[in-house]
Amino acid sequence: MTDSKYFSTTKKGEIFEMKAELNSDKKEKKKEAVKKVIASMTVGKDVSALFPDVVNCMQTDNLELKKLVYLYLMNYAKSQPDMAIMAVNTFVKDCEDSNPLIRALAVRTMGCIRVDKITEYLCEPLRKCLKDEDPYVRKTAAVCVAKLHDINAQLVEDQGFLDLLKDLLSDSNPMVVANAVAAISEIMESSATAAQVLELNTSTTNKLLTALNECTEWGQVFILDAISNSTPKEEREAQSICERVTPRLAHANAAVVLSAVRVVMKLMEMLEQTGDYYTTLLKKLSPPLVTLLSAEPEIQYVALRNINLIVQKRPEILKNEMKVFFVKYNDPIYVKLEKLDIMIRLTNQGNIAQVLAELKEYATEVDVDFVRKSVRAIGRCAIKVEQAAERCVSTLLDLIQTKVNYVVQEAIVVIKDIFRKYPNKYESIIATLCENLDTLDEPEARASMIWIIGEYAERIDNADELLESFLEGFQDENPQVQLQLLTAIVKLFLKRPTDTQELVQQVLSLATQDSDNPDLRDRGYIYWRLLSTDPAAAKEVVLAEKPLISEETDLIEPTLLDELICHIASLASVYHKPPSAFVEGKSGLRRVLPPRSQSGNVDEASVTAEVTQAPQPTVIPGADSLIGDLLDMDLGGPSMQQMYPPSGPTSQTPIQSSVAMDLLGEGLDSLLGPSPLGGDMLGGLGDIFGMPQSQSYVPPQEVWLPANKGKGMEIMGTFARKQNQIFMEITFTNKAMQNMGDFAIQFNKNSFGLMPAQPLQIRSPLPPNQSGSTSLPLSTGGAVQKMDPLTSLQVAVKNNIDVFYLSCLVPLHVMFVEDGEMDKRVFLATWKDIPSQNEVQFTINNVQHNGDTVSQKLRNNNIFTIAKRNVEGQDMLYQSLKLTNGIWVLAELKIQPGNPNFTLSLKGRAMDVYSGIHGAYETILHN
Amino acid sequence: MSASAVYVLDVKGKVMICRNYRGDIDMSVIDKFMPLVMDKEEEGNTTPIIQYGNTAFFYTKYNNLYLVATSKKNANVALVFSFLHKLVQIFMEYFKELEEESIRDNFVLIYELLDEVMDFGFPQTTDSKILQEYITVDGHKLEIAPRPPMAVTNAVSWRSEGIKYRKNEVFLDVVESVNLLVSANSNVLRSEIVGCIKMRVYLSGMPELRLGLNDKVLFESTGRGKSKSVELEDVKFHQCVRLPRFENDRTISFVPPDGEFELMSYRLTTHVKPLIWVESVIERHVHSRVEYMIKAKSQFKRRSTANNVEIVIPVPADADSPKFKTTVGSCKYVPESNAVIWTIKSFPGGKEYLMRAHFSLPSVEAEDVDGKPPIEVKFEIPYFTVSGIQVRYLKIIEKSGYQALPWVRYITQNGDYQLRTN
Repeated sequence: MTDSKYFSTTKKGEIFEMKAELNSDKKEKKKEAVKKVIASMTVGKDVSALFPDVVNCMQTDNLELKKLVYLYLMNYAKSQPDMAIMAVNTFVKDCEDSNPLIRALAVRTMGCIRVDKITEYLCEPLRKCLKDEDPYVRKTAAVCVAKLHDINAQLVEDQGFLDLLKDLLSDSNPMVVANAVAAISEIMESSATAAQVLELNTSTTNKLLTALNECTEWGQVFILDAISNSTPKEEREAQSICERVTPRLAHANAAVVLSAVRVVMKLMEMLEQTGDYYTTLLKKLSPPLVTLLSAEPEIQYVALRNINLIVQKRPEILKNEMKVFFVKYNDPIYVKLEKLDIMIRLTNQGNIAQVLAELKEYATEVDVDFVRKSVRAIGRCAIKVEQAAERCVSTLLDLIQTKVNYVVQEAIVVIKDIFRKYPNKYESIIATLCENLDTLDEPEARASMIWIIGEYAERIDNADELLESFLEGFQDENPQVQLQLLTAIVKLFLKRPTDTQELVQQVLSLATQDSDNPDLRDRGYIYWRLLSTDPAAAKEVVLAEKPLISEETDLIEPTLLDELICHIASLASVYHKPPSAFVEGKSGLRRVLPPRSQSGNVDEASVTAEVTQAPQPTVIPGADSLIGDLLDMDLGGPSMQQMYPPSGPTSQTPIQSSVAMDLLGEGLDSLLGPSPLGGDMLGGLGDIFGMPQSQSYVPPQEVWLPANKGKGMEIMGTFARKQNQIFMEITFTNKAMQNMGDFAIQFNKNSFGLMPAQPLQIRSPLPPNQSGSTSLPLSTGGAVQKMDPLTSLQVAVKNNIDVFYLSCLVPLHVMFVEDGEMDKRVFLATWKDIPSQNEVQFTINNVQHNGDTVSQKLRNNNIFTIAKRNVEGQDMLYQSLKLTNGIWVLAELKIQPGNPNFTLSLKGRAMDVYSGIHGAYETILHN
Repeated sequence: MSASAVYVLDVKGKVMICRNYRGDIDMSVIDKFMPLVMDKEEEGNTTPIIQYGNTAFFYTKYNNLYLVATSKKNANVALVFSFLHKLVQIFMEYFKELEEESIRDNFVLIYELLDEVMDFGFPQTTDSKILQEYITVDGHKLEIAPRPPMAVTNAVSWRSEGIKYRKNEVFLDVVESVNLLVSANSNVLRSEIVGCIKMRVYLSGMPELRLGLNDKVLFESTGRGKSKSVELEDVKFHQCVRLPRFENDRTISFVPPDGEFELMSYRLTTHVKPLIWVESVIERHVHSRVEYMIKAKSQFKRRSTANNVEIVIPVPADADSPKFKTTVGSCKYVPESNAVIWTIKSFPGGKEYLMRAHFSLPSVEAEDVDGKPPIEVKFEIPYFTVSGIQVRYLKIIEKSGYQALPWVRYITQNGDYQLRTN
């Protein structure tokens, strides 16, 4: 007989029936009844009403029945906390049972019942179980400490459970050690005080490495992960750990292998990079990584995401393994796409021919995403391996001949990049590209094609006709295409001024007069003015030589990469994001690689030095130089892990930095308020965070509705940001001869969804010649409609006389929110990630403040200076801000001493807001 | 660190059984899972991990069932997936088949198992042989309450004490699979041998085993470099093998589990001539017909024979009216997988066979574009290892001093064996 029969009773009154059966005297019947209850629970029915009856069955010597009752308790105790107390006695009694299976079952289940009252009763039994004679009970009790800590950390710390847990690390039984390690790692993640108690030292690490050989595969993972969280003091120790961990690379379980890889990859940083042992390690890592590609597809996916990190960190390891990443026809799509990424990373002059043949094969497959990515990959190969560029281009041309629409479009996009990388080399193919003009329907492909036509207008006889044909549907084009078209036609005009004058006038007027898009208009006006004032200058600007594009566009920023290496095998390594990006709340301290060995690779060391000391004096900072600079004033030194007190040679980090990290972990909000923590704790970081005296700039009130248009009612107003909220400061003046009253206000849909958060409160009735003022809090939860200009707000005000409509501009800076301070690393990554065409420069004239005052003023208005550096006497401030609708904008403010004119570069995904933000800067800095 | 909860869902995404391990995520979050999977499938970017708010779903599909784990921490993903696959394996070993029915029929037992194999998201004992000692299908029939077997917490967590056999025997199967990828212009892109040694152990007591292979590294270190040996590129061992010992002197020593298990697997990329070579000439006459000329060649020694050779040739989905001509074996059109299967029961070494096929194509073109699936080949060659690996000895030492005989079998078969076509 199978269990499925228990699912079958679905008639009415079944709860009642089950209740009767549960209370039956016959054991067998009771058990059947509990099974029915569990079956109902399994299919999602609420059987919590049976709580007392089920708990009554708890006292039994039948193990199967007991397990079922415990299961029921785990599910429903939280909803019935008072009744759950009834079960405590039995739990306590079971913890003393002669059968270790029952003792363990009781302590395991008790820990899963997350009811405070029960927790108190758990302490004594748990204490006993931690010292139980049976290892099965001890290993269960070890995990229970972590459960209890999760429910009530203070209790665990007060009751001395941490020390008991630590003692278990020396237990004679490997399984107990493994679970104790798991529990300890868990607790250390969430509590800093516990982390200090539980910190692993050299001798415990040694014990763990011994246990590693004896415990289960899972236990091995717990131990390896714990070891990877600590940092040995010196190179010799690092090497000895590696030596004892590398045998794990031959384990059949992929999780054990990847956790071992994590430890080795982290500790390699401490080894002498020219030493023999280092080379041996490099050789040892490759075969197990390759073998992971024969595992189940999900594991392959995890492995590939990690390999992607590993080849960026240490390309030597897999440089000869290109072929194993060739895609198999029946690979799942997620495996195919990842393999493709790694293939590109491993491409070099030696293997390009093979890679190219493969990519060409992939480009004829059926899966559209895969095909697109393959075509892009060919382009990336061309940019990466100069010698192969020609072959790549001809492969792309072959693909264009297939006339498969998305292949053609993708090919054109990458060919544009190839032109950027190798100017004046492959223009002969332009004719072929032009043949496909009509089939391009994706904005990116259209924009790319238009760029090509504009860039090489002098070589394309009918460039004017081609561009003109695009112009017909100008209004319906995507903004990206419109912008390209505008630029391309201006280029054409500068190259062939005689016969294209009409065309350029047409596009300028389309861009400036008939468009709602401020970016397009701005660009249009700039060109117009340039062309009309100084065509020679226009030529210099528009046809300027462009910087070459770099080879690798999607490398992970080095500090992030190092952090991710410490997270190999974890979710962070799959997402390629730090845990803080997806784990809520405080997720432990950021992990960093140990400092490099002193005698490390000379080349690399000198590169770093160069980067830090000689930043390029360009306006757009080379990403690397910025990184170097930020590293210089990094929050944490090499070892940021709090578990390491500032002693010993590796941690030169002063205490304050770990405190600062901690504050960062909890969000900056606590700093922004009038916090007693104050500047002392921030120490040297004061100039980064500044001490907030949150006084956002409030423009003076303006007349929004003159009395003559408001039937005697005059409205003046302005906007302010205080206490993290936007307020409309509004004054009503009654200039009529009669009382006014029944005021109400309403907003039209607007760009930021502004709406009154409460009804308008104005003295009513308002007698003649009197004024009433109020601060109306606004929320941003209203309907959104993009306005032109962006900050325009249409307001309807009603009184007892009539309804009036007025329109005002909301100063954009009140939309800047308090949590607009971007993490430096995120800032860097974002800055690099945003395409450079999204960068726009503005000049802010006549500012009479120095850099520090500027930072302070901006910070008061929620523009946060993330970093500051000095390049050849100029101050560069890197800033971030966030709008209420979640749009981030990054800024770089360049200040030259003695020059009151500042240069502001903005970079963001939404270019629409630039002009508003420029305006906000102007307002803030001039007031 | 690991999973917050584990679910088994049916094909529609309905929860069949679940276990909440950490209580930090609302269990109803699973309702979001299936719609997310559907969305992903629609967008064509399925991944085995899906993030929803601050919850991550990890899933694998088996026989129309989804096994899903959730987490809101930076979980060890490799551990979670390994665990889910292990769970499948445990269920298989308990119920033979893992499907909706076996879940429903055994839900009480599954709850017991779920309670035992993971605690607070940390995997515990997952060796099904050991689990079966104290969690049994007929648990309710046991008179005396079971106790945790020593093995659960022992260093030897895979074998119980007190096993007895009248006849002590060990069977070793050396199975090598050949993975091959050949480009359309007949270049071998990848050729790889993945081997494994499977054991069936029927031995009493706590035997110590030592396995000797003609491992090149071992031979070179012991001065037998000239003998015929095999260079294993990567080796993976069952939990029972002492890894530090192997790392140290390449000795494979272990206390085996009882019964059947996979002792080790290895991988090598030494270039060998593809065992079965297939050349194809495909002539497509759009809107009318497509013709195939397939030549299969066995490139191994004459005294060996490949059995049950199947050459799977993909054909267009809209092909019809198949006609075949071949000298050896039989051909079958399998419309549901859009392929012709050419079966040759016995294919001796050094032979070459030919097959021709002819299909009509409809005059109207199909809307779906066909991919270009490769030709796949399946085969088995007994008494032969393509790598040349050999079991030199298997020493069995048990304190009672019994004699036991090891039996060794070799077989080579296809792995991922693909030849692309034009």
